[in-house]
Amino acid sequence: MRRETVLNAVLALGLLAVPLAAQAMGEPFIVTLATKVAILALAGVGLNIALGLGGMVSLGHAAFFGIGGYAMAVLAAPVQAYEPLMTWPFELAGTKSMPVIWVAAMVAGALGALAIGALSLRTSGVYFIMITLAFGQMLYYFAISWPAYGGEDGISVYVRNGFPGLNTLDPIQFFALAYGVLMAALMVSWMLARSGFGLALAGARQNPVRSAALGIRPYSVKLTAFVISGAITALAGALFADLNRFVSPSMLSWQTSGEIMVFVILGGVARLFGPVAGAALFILLEHWLGGFSEYWKLFLGLALLGIVLFARGGLIGTLAGREVAHD
Amino acid sequence: MSLMLLIEQALNGLQYGVMLFLMAAGLTLVFGVMGLINLAHGSLYMIGAFACAAVAAATGNFWLGLAASLAAAAAAGALMELTVIRRLYARDHLDQVLATFALILVFSEGTRWAFGSFPLYLDIPRALAGPVRLPGGIDYPLYRLVLIGVGLSVAAGLFWLIGRTRLGIRIRAGEADREMIGALGVDISRLYTIVFALGAALAGLAGALVGALQSVQVGMGEPVLILAFVVIVIGGIGSIKGALVGAILVGMTDTLGRFLLPIAFSTFMERSQATSVGAALASMLIYILMALVLVVRPGGLFGRA
Repeated sequence: MRRETVLNAVLALGLLAVPLAAQAMGEPFIVTLATKVAILALAGVGLNIALGLGGMVSLGHAAFFGIGGYAMAVLAAPVQAYEPLMTWPFELAGTKSMPVIWVAAMVAGALGALAIGALSLRTSGVYFIMITLAFGQMLYYFAISWPAYGGEDGISVYVRNGFPGLNTLDPIQFFALAYGVLMAALMVSWMLARSGFGLALAGARQNPVRSAALGIRPYSVKLTAFVISGAITALAGALFADLNRFVSPSMLSWQTSGEIMVFVILGGVARLFGPVAGAALFILLEHWLGGFSEYWKLFLGLALLGIVLFARGGLIGTLAGREVAHD
Repeated sequence: MSLMLLIEQALNGLQYGVMLFLMAAGLTLVFGVMGLINLAHGSLYMIGAFACAAVAAATGNFWLGLAASLAAAAAAGALMELTVIRRLYARDHLDQVLATFALILVFSEGTRWAFGSFPLYLDIPRALAGPVRLPGGIDYPLYRLVLIGVGLSVAAGLFWLIGRTRLGIRIRAGEADREMIGALGVDISRLYTIVFALGAALAGLAGALVGALQSVQVGMGEPVLILAFVVIVIGGIGSIKGALVGAILVGMTDTLGRFLLPIAFSTFMERSQATSVGAALASMLIYILMALVLVVRPGGLFGRA
């Protein structure tokens, strides 16, 4: 077996074993922490499809993360107020059902990614970075200044949404749900990379001119990947909102975009389990450094700087060797 | 709506625009010459503002503070270039984004450590406080008028520097072909440090000048940084002229949009609703402008693409 495969198995089993052990020892806080890792890793898996497979350096993925979060709150908040979601042109009730919310979040995220991607992919390189960042910021300001959905205060959803057959209020059951979704998304990402579409995407990343000569339209292939990426990140946003039972414009802020990107790069760009390793390391650092300094982000910044300058290829690249070239 | 109010808002837009230009000019120079995307440019803006506020508070003299802001931002920029940025020129944009994102964390938390989380206040110098009467009977704050003057003079100075001096020739040559000017005996790494420090000083100047209008706090730089990106995307990367035109367009669009849209909506909507819809739309206006420019000219108004 390749070293990376072994490492992936260790990560997958470790993320499962830690909360189970914590549950057995009666430490629900660690279970919640592991849930957070799984959800943030899911957001990273989404970004990794654009960034790793498609070579699109999007610094605006908080937009899709936030769209997913708001989709959850917009659908679930009317239920707790005993109001319909909308009355015109037809009456529609809100929902507290996670599967329905997930579908809505992914559709909303995909549409957002389609609009932002269609414009941003007209350019490339550094323009693309700046433009995705700017569109993310646009949604952030829109969420702040649009009063219907809480504005700057955000929206609280007091009771976690339900999933058929599970009690989502129980931390370990909610973890199992988030873990299951993460594994499914990793599966999709793995199959995508090996499919004909994945090869076309790799071609569009490595040499758009040659791809075009072979009859592959780089623009459409990349846009499709960007839309899939946005939908997965939006799903993570819906779960994250359910974890906190709260959404606010901060989910849409540029720092969130930066952090999702940090998960991916910390773990290793274009590595299947890179986002899992990155999110786990980030949350560990947050809690370990946060324990002895209020200014833990200073040390996080220094650590990140060291990793970019000296440990290229991220955590998985360092542990498993540079088998996958990232170009 | 009176014409006077409109003129006042237009001046505010111009003032906002020229301050954005100071930020965007440094970014676009650094990108044009070194091919580097620097997210930490907003931190230099913040450093300028903090240096000005701290020195002005200690000495009671705004002008000393302003000098300190230029010196501190240029020094921080040179230090940043020598220790970190220089290792990033040969890397891809992804590494540059991550490293400069890490620098933002370091600078922001470092500043929070040194100055605390509470905002500092910087007073407008007494000589420039108060309004001045413009022809047509408009009372307009003198300080803002001075900012417009400073911004436009810096722009003129920058055009002169790039177009007419030896350093400017080297900068333009560096943009065109860096190996060639290295072969001709120009010390490229020193040139890069100078360009980076120059851009940093401009950002620090903007931070100090705007700091007297708003509060000086950690994280003040990043919203301005993102607006400067919008300016560069509109104007075209690497073009100082594009940065100037883009900055003024963005400043005007944003300020006038916030002023005019609620009024426009109130002609056919209920007043309070018009205010909130207008404000929400106004906050998106510059990004819509950016999208329009992208559709028409993906390389920006003055881009070479």
